Amino acid sequence: MLYFSKLRILFITLFSVLFILIASSNLFKFDDDFFDKKINLGLDLQGGSYLLLEIDNKPVIEQKLQNLTTTIRNYFKEKNIKINNIKIDNQNIFFNVTNNDKQFVLDVFQDENSDLNPYYPRFKSHQLEIEDTGLNLKVNFSRQGLIKLKTSSQDQAIEIVRRRVDEVGTNEPNILKRGNNRILVELPGLDDPMRIKSLLGKTANLTFRFVTNDENDRFGVEKLKFENGLEEATVSKRIIISGENLLDAQPKMDTQANQTIVSFTLDRVGAKRFGKATSTGIGKQLAIILDGKIISAPVVRDTIASGSGQISGGFTFQTATDLALLLRSGALPAPLEIIEERTVGPDLGQDSINAGMIALAIGFILVIIFMLVKYKIFGLITNITLIVNLFILLGVLTLFEATLTLPGIAGIILTVGMAVDANVLIFERIKEELKDETNSILAFDGGYTKSRTAILDANITTLLAAIVLFFMGSGPVKGFAVTLGVGIFTTLFSVYFIARLFTSIYVSRNKDKEKLI
Amino acid sequence: MIAFNKYYNHFNLLSSFLIIVSLLLLIFKGLNFGIDFKGGTLIELRASDSKINVSSLRDRFNQMDLGDVSVKKFGNDTDFLVKFENKDNKKNIIEEIKVNLDKSFGNNYDFRRVENVGPKVSDELLKSGVIAISLSLALMLIYIWIRFEWQFSLGAIFALFHDVIVTLGVFSLFSLEINLSIIAAVLTIVGYSMNDTVVIFDRVRENLRKYSDIKIFELTNISINETLSRTIITSATTLLALLAIYFFGGEILKGFSLAMILGVVFGTYSSIYIANTVLVRLRVSQKTVLRENEKK
Repeated sequence: MLYFSKLRILFITLFSVLFILIASSNLFKFDDDFFDKKINLGLDLQGGSYLLLEIDNKPVIEQKLQNLTTTIRNYFKEKNIKINNIKIDNQNIFFNVTNNDKQFVLDVFQDENSDLNPYYPRFKSHQLEIEDTGLNLKVNFSRQGLIKLKTSSQDQAIEIVRRRVDEVGTNEPNILKRGNNRILVELPGLDDPMRIKSLLGKTANLTFRFVTNDENDRFGVEKLKFENGLEEATVSKRIIISGENLLDAQPKMDTQANQTIVSFTLDRVGAKRFGKATSTGIGKQLAIILDGKIISAPVVRDTIASGSGQISGGFTFQTATDLALLLRSGALPAPLEIIEERTVGPDLGQDSINAGMIALAIGFILVIIFMLVKYKIFGLITNITLIVNLFILLGVLTLFEATLTLPGIAGIILTVGMAVDANVLIFERIKEELKDETNSILAFDGGYTKSRTAILDANITTLLAAIVLFFMGSGPVKGFAVTLGVGIFTTLFSVYFIARLFTSIYVSRNKDKEKLI
Repeated sequence: MIAFNKYYNHFNLLSSFLIIVSLLLLIFKGLNFGIDFKGGTLIELRASDSKINVSSLRDRFNQMDLGDVSVKKFGNDTDFLVKFENKDNKKNIIEEIKVNLDKSFGNNYDFRRVENVGPKVSDELLKSGVIAISLSLALMLIYIWIRFEWQFSLGAIFALFHDVIVTLGVFSLFSLEINLSIIAAVLTIVGYSMNDTVVIFDRVRENLRKYSDIKIFELTNISINETLSRTIITSATTLLALLAIYFFGGEILKGFSLAMILGVVFGTYSSIYIANTVLVRLRVSQKTVLRENEKK
């Protein structure tokens, strides 16, 4: 047990040196790619913003159902079945058919090859569910149908979010999906997320529609407020062009009117429609509507066939820039709500790093002094082990480019405190063995063997707690779980290889000494 | 040898008392949940003007119609922690507050940290916190059940529950804030307490196999004494590390390290005075461990 072959000593030394080198790459610059890794600092240490966004899918579902009523009506019309009393209530579609047709309609919805109601063989589920309530037929999204709808709107939303964040130009943003209706945005180094928050808070649904006085407009009308909230106008529901038709949008200075405007370029389809609408609608007011509010409603004076135009609306340069950005990056499929925000300023982050490092240094020194006083030569061995352990721990964190958080630093300090446990268990056992055993080498062997189960048990319990924490915890707390968990492995390595190596050297040199420990 | 076993009954009584008081506190006084679990907004603010103090800040914030606002000093004289419920979950609340504060204090302050947790998220965080603690307790139970005889498992679990309940009881008594890092601390306490108990139990079991003529009452005492030196050193170094975090690690880690300190103290105590007394009360003997061996 106590014997170490030369090869093993070499291996242990190389391994330790390797990790010490990796750990020190946080301080020095290495040319080599492998060594030039760094521990990532969490947002709580480097400062930055953490935003959790939730997609409000309700409007999407309602829109889809609205479209479905038309689809259903047309589908069955071709089959000479009349759909009566179709209406949407609480995310359900209700309609009536004659009793003769009922079974046919049910079959259409439940057929696995139905082109009206897609079937997902993987989940053994249709997109829609149909139910005969007796009074009428009820159609709604199945569980899988809803999940599909949510993931698709999440896919679209994350793309738009990414574009908007990229346009603002923060460094290395981290944008991730969470569940099927959330998006996590991490913005390192950003201490005032106000602008991004307001950009992400807008759906940016742009439409151009005519202002009308005709209450009986073929497409229906609605009353909308102006951006300033004071005036109102009645606009047609007919959409001339929408944000999808935009190719580009830029803020510009209109030198004639001395105001900031947003100029835009339309795609081919948009340009055609815009040209037609402006030629037939000369003298009418064309409302520019963003997210249900009228930005402005200029009077059409000329036909605009060039496919480009401009929006004015009392913008400052900043608001014009933001509007152009929103129009360029496209509309979100559904509104986003910020349900969690955590922002740490860079100076607090630096303060936390300093405090953490001071606490680590003091904790370390206290433990080292305590062990030296209490254990003398074996205290020294424990201390050497502790130092190497700390470096290996930092090395492993660096190697995996783990994220270090403030609780993570606490985890490292705690590891220092608890790492002595295994060594102490061994040394105490050796002491006991030495009482009955005169051969000190055998006593040391016994100490290592007999303490093994206790050490294993003790570390597994802590590891279990760390694992639970890793999977259940969020953000900074996860960092604690990582350092605590990795700390257990590095501790076991340093105790069983490094400390034992030193112990074996000491014991074999002093085996004839009266009192070894 | 210290006669720990002389006081088994006394300390069992004390622990029962502590657990009952803690449970009563938890039921009737409850815990002081932070915004992580209650939802709301938190602002850490640093002032560079002596005009800004707790009362002037409180005046300002109270005029803003934010509901219940708490303003406290945070660490030193220039740092303050402001918390409020933000019931309507207003979107631009931070900007509104900044505009408002600018009017009275100009540019002489700085938001160092802003946290805003919506009601949905806080409910989820609370749920996952409870699940995490329950899950870790369950895992410990399973682990110890595999490794030891059921009497030992019962003892360890009793000790675990004692540590968690009494630590939370202290937090309730002093209205200390429960946030995400406290959950991390409680989980670590669970691990530590188990660790400490297992080391003594390991020795008890070894001694049970070795000596057939020593009663469990004596045997636990012998085992506690044999492992005492290790118990003292490990808890001492762990406490030293934790004290360093408590005093030098900054305000944010104060609650976390305090919970851990309490947990280590209770954990060490419970390994001796709860885990072992359960073995005594269940009349564990050599037969218990030998029978188990035959089965295996």
